Amino acid sequence: MSPREKTLVPREEPTTYYGRPIVKPPVWKPEIPFYFFFGGLAGGSAVLAATATFAGRPGLARRAWGGAFVGVTVSPLLLIKDLGKPSRFLNMLRVFKVTSPMNIGAWLLLANGGATSLAAGLNLLNEERRGGAPEVLAAALGAPLATYTAALVTHSAIPAWSEARVEMPFVFAASATASAAGAAILTVPADEAQPARRLGIAAAIAEEATTIVLRKRLGPLAEAYEQGTAGKFGKAARALTIAGALAFAVGDDAFHPDHRRSSIGRLTRSKDERRRAKRRNALSLAGGTLLLAGSVCKRWSVFKAGFQSAEDPTQVIQTQFSS
Amino acid sequence: MAGYTVDTPRVGFFTDTSVCIGCKACEVACKEWNKVPADNQGYLGSSYDNSGELGSERWRHVAFIEQKLPVGVEDGAPDDLVAEAARQSLVEQGLDPKTDEDGFRWLMSSDVCKHCTEAGCLDACPTGSLFRTEFGTVVVQEDICNGCGYCVVSCPFGVLDQREEDGRVWKCTLCYDRLQGDMEPACAQACPTDSIQFGELDELRERAAERVELLHERGRGEARLYGEDPEDGVGGFGAFFLLLDEPETYRLPPDPVVPTRQAGTVWLSALAAAGTMAVGIAASFLGRRD
Repeated sequence: MSPREKTLVPREEPTTYYGRPIVKPPVWKPEIPFYFFFGGLAGGSAVLAATATFAGRPGLARRAWGGAFVGVTVSPLLLIKDLGKPSRFLNMLRVFKVTSPMNIGAWLLLANGGATSLAAGLNLLNEERRGGAPEVLAAALGAPLATYTAALVTHSAIPAWSEARVEMPFVFAASATASAAGAAILTVPADEAQPARRLGIAAAIAEEATTIVLRKRLGPLAEAYEQGTAGKFGKAARALTIAGALAFAVGDDAFHPDHRRSSIGRLTRSKDERRRAKRRNALSLAGGTLLLAGSVCKRWSVFKAGFQSAEDPTQVIQTQFSS
Repeated sequence: MAGYTVDTPRVGFFTDTSVCIGCKACEVACKEWNKVPADNQGYLGSSYDNSGELGSERWRHVAFIEQKLPVGVEDGAPDDLVAEAARQSLVEQGLDPKTDEDGFRWLMSSDVCKHCTEAGCLDACPTGSLFRTEFGTVVVQEDICNGCGYCVVSCPFGVLDQREEDGRVWKCTLCYDRLQGDMEPACAQACPTDSIQFGELDELRERAAERVELLHERGRGEARLYGEDPEDGVGGFGAFFLLLDEPETYRLPPDPVVPTRQAGTVWLSALAAAGTMAVGIAASFLGRRD
């Protein structure tokens, strides 16, 4: 742009054209935030499952592979639903285009879907399995599957998304991990739940921390995340995630050292032990559900923030003035 | 990045808003030639602008901006500010005829797709539907577009939008079919004041530089070019403008940058987060087993 030679109209607030947006809000339907969630669930679960397989925790591994498989199955269905018909998904596979995060993502989803399905099948068929190439591949493609959706939104002209390009993938990674831990906890036997429970707590803390950093660094743009529908989803995500982590923490064996050695199903347990185990189970189920719900709300909050940012032309103007 | 690398001369528009009279012939010609469906039929309450914005059903859009300038700002302060203000009040009430010195200004500008050198839409398109033509323009191939909408959020100008009835994205083609037939785009041909000038980009840039210089000589210091600089955030526009106020007044981004320029940070961060996530998950398996 040429240097500003002369300003005719003195102004404090940036002038807008009848307050109308400069950039267009997304045309994405509600399937997309759910896709962000399921992609995260798939990616996080694949990494969790592969680690559990190699660590010799078949009970946890099988559940986590189940979660990953659900994730990679539901994800393309959501995308196709958003696009309108299956052939439109295939259009993305006619090219491999490194400048397009959407294209990379389609290939990533496809590759991870294959690897995860294979690894999940092998683990479900053979309980003794201790891991191999499919598990490694599923995990290696799973982690980026959980974070590329953050790149998808930050690689855009929408200020509140684009300016969060450093922090957003970490928020998505934490949220994906929390959902993977939450999903695993729902079905895993109590004596194999320990890693998932710890993971859920750690992910919740990481999600809170990264979200705080993101908002701080965004400055005035953070409004898009704090107000309106995005703000409501953001508050819900925070409450659900913290509550889920607390449920995990209270139910965690580590907080009851005298019962560390107890395991469900042992016939010789005392009445007291059984009562505690039951309470722990209830807390685990509640915690898992809360983390999953929190993860869904998190993606909705980010999704809606994009709309709110796009609809406010001053966000575009301020960002470009200050850069 | 999908910059411009074709050997044939690149063509584009120079839209000189200083001679735009707001007749909307460009909007009509564009709609007719390109068979763009009807859209908004109501009144928007924004001067003579009732077509709103560029989008899937509007590939040229004329903006109308009514401005009241501070008293005497163009020629320095007048001798008697009170008398001047009183007269302006009469003018506003319609009791006194307006003159050129009354501090009222009506800006009109025909907006269009910028056909960027580094086009965010083209980079983002996951299907290859958006492509660079032999004329250096950016065009959507409708049989390949899958309606993913990624170009919509990748355009720093909010040009592209999804058509509701088919879910695909439509935008200005710079009349690709007419160019192939050696004709100028419909909007440029229809423009009665040559506010919309079509031609080879290099030549248009020279012409624009002369024009802005002439306007400055005539005391119109506020005239400035927008999008003519190949060093800007999108590598220069294929369709650039001469404006009489800040870009944001016309709903144009003051300093647009193509999202692709941030791709390095975007992907580095995504991979770093993925790695951190994997390490974190592995770490949860450490320690004593229960």
